[in-house]
Amino acid sequence: MTEILALNHVTFAYPSEDPTPRNAVEDVSFSVNEGEWIAIVGHNGSGKSTIAKLMNGLLYPQQGDVRFMRDVLSDENLWDVRSQMGMVFQNPDNQFVGATVQDDVAFALENNGIPYEVMVERVHEALAQVKMEDFLDHEPHHLSGGQKQRVAIAGALALRPKLLILDEATSMLDPQGRMEVLQTVQQLRAETGLTVISITHDLEEAILADRLLFMNGGKKFATGTPNEIFALGDELIELGLDLPFAMKLSRLLKAEGVALNGQNMTEEELVNDLWTSNFNA
Amino acid sequence: MDIELQRVGFSYAAGTPFEKRALYEVDFKIDSGTYQAIIGHTGSGKSTVLQHFNGLLKPTEGQVDIGDYRITAGKKAKNLKEVRQYVGIVFQFPEHQLFEETVLKDIMFGPLNFGVSKEDAEARARELITLVGLPTEVLEKSPFDLSGGQMRRVAIAGVLAMKPDVIVLDEPTAGLDPRGQKEIMDMFYTLHKEEGLTTILVTHSMEDAARYADDIIIMHDGKNVLRGTPRDIFADAATLRGYRLEPPRIVRFQEKVEKLLGHPLDTVCLTEEELAKSVAKHLPKERGK
Ligand SMILES: Nc1ncnc2c1ncn2[C@@H]1O[C@H](COP(=O)(O)OP(=O)(O)OP(=O)(O)O)[C@@H](O)[C@H]1O
Ligand SMILES: Nc1ncnc2c1ncn2[C@@H]1O[C@H](COP(=O)(O)OP(=O)(O)OP(=O)(O)O)[C@@H](O)[C@H]1O
Ligand SMILES: [Mg+2]
Ligand SMILES: [Mg+2]
Repeated sequence: MTEILALNHVTFAYPSEDPTPRNAVEDVSFSVNEGEWIAIVGHNGSGKSTIAKLMNGLLYPQQGDVRFMRDVLSDENLWDVRSQMGMVFQNPDNQFVGATVQDDVAFALENNGIPYEVMVERVHEALAQVKMEDFLDHEPHHLSGGQKQRVAIAGALALRPKLLILDEATSMLDPQGRMEVLQTVQQLRAETGLTVISITHDLEEAILADRLLFMNGGKKFATGTPNEIFALGDELIELGLDLPFAMKLSRLLKAEGVALNGQNMTEEELVNDLWTSNFNA
Repeated sequence: MDIELQRVGFSYAAGTPFEKRALYEVDFKIDSGTYQAIIGHTGSGKSTVLQHFNGLLKPTEGQVDIGDYRITAGKKAKNLKEVRQYVGIVFQFPEHQLFEETVLKDIMFGPLNFGVSKEDAEARARELITLVGLPTEVLEKSPFDLSGGQMRRVAIAGVLAMKPDVIVLDEPTAGLDPRGQKEIMDMFYTLHKEEGLTTILVTHSMEDAARYADDIIIMHDGKNVLRGTPRDIFADAATLRGYRLEPPRIVRFQEKVEKLLGHPLDTVCLTEEELAKSVAKHLPKERGK
């Protein structure tokens, strides 16, 4: 396992008139291996987007450091690092720089000195991946919410990054669109070994991750596999999360007197449990 | 307040080389007191249509009736300010409706603008900030120094502060944490019932449409194409998929359960609670094992 990104005792507070400002992120250490799919979860204001900005050098920690491929992020290596890191921000409007959709997607590539023909090809490919190839000459700010998110995702994919950071990047997509984007990203992982860090409030997406980083009040509350994290049960709700669909339904079924054995994080587990506990005795 | 759209067409940047048609002959009526969901794939025209509900966008064809106010294509509209007092919209991107120096001023802006006293407006803001699940310290912060979900909550408080008769929600749960999604949607539902509001919910969460709405309108490629109760709409997966939509997770799961049981349940279940009850009824032999 090769480490691709690490936070090492990272603390950050936004500038403030307050002499003792609250830390938005406090003493967080976490490392990500190449090829992993990490989900970052936690209540509103728990520090997730701040972590994303620290990861790509938009913000620098006041204490601790951030390493990409074992190099500490600094002004010297920032551009090199960013050429290998695709990032989709929570609000796509904050990210658009081009006057048209195709210019916008091309922007980062141009910065990286990619030859023109290659660039055009990649822009078209990335826009096709998110089904926005019919909008090449539209102005990015004049699109629907979901279309904006798709264009922002295309911008990150066109870079062909080693690491993709998604900050609630699919929150305004319709259910099919969301599924398609997840599939595209999964396919890229399989084909290219892409590493993915996805900040999400969608628990059904989070249960698909390899590992979760669970934030609470700026601090790392827990890390673990989805099974480990969601075993926390009611504590999840206290910390701003909820139970995934299958777990919630399992509880309701048990309350109605239906025989079940497991906690059933996934639908598949619940169906199997219903079968073995009720039909296959 | 009833809202009625008659043959509404709309183009962005109409009459310029950048003209972009977004709506075609949209025609429907939402009765006062209804909890109306509007669903549709990305770019189908939902946000465009709902900005007609308070005159923020004016139809380029057809007419819009909001209670007694009428907005007709090509005519100058009067009294729009009054309409906006009655119809509050929570926008898809909260950044688009926040603008004041502090959260407190932002929430007070609407009420002050409509003649509420300073003391009352401030009292409302203090009450509402707690209702949307934020600590009162936030009131002194700039709305732009907040996290995405915190901004969403402030935007919601700002619209509630106007005490509108009609509340229009454009993807209100996007960006909220999972507990917040449930709490805020339950809060809107309670308000809807207790205050007799008209609530219009635009959402990609089929689960929320199933749980809360009385009635669903489907938008597809700039037109309203289908309307019905959640039970009828979500029973027909094939039609939904034709409009690039999916039934809620609970309905898809019901199919799997029915395969296990070897027969269908009595009805399409719209919530986890309904499905749990229905399944329990169909598994009598093994109960209490
Ligand atoms: N620009 C800013 N200036 C000052 N404080 C900020 C700024 N952005 C965020 N904060 C504060 O820092 C903390 C962490 O915010 P962050 O945006 O990282 O949260 P988050 O976990 O991404 O939340 P959400 O789920 O709502 O997007 C919050 O308390 C927030 O109010
Ligand atoms: N400001 C604008 N200028 C030009 N065209 C626009 C503008 N806003 C939206 N459109 C276009 O109008 C159509 C309808 O957009 P609208 O925002 O109403 O969709 P929506 O159903 O709300 O989609 P989503 O679910 O993605 O938010 C889309 O094709 C979009 O590209
Ligand atoms: Mg965030
Ligand atoms: Mg929209």
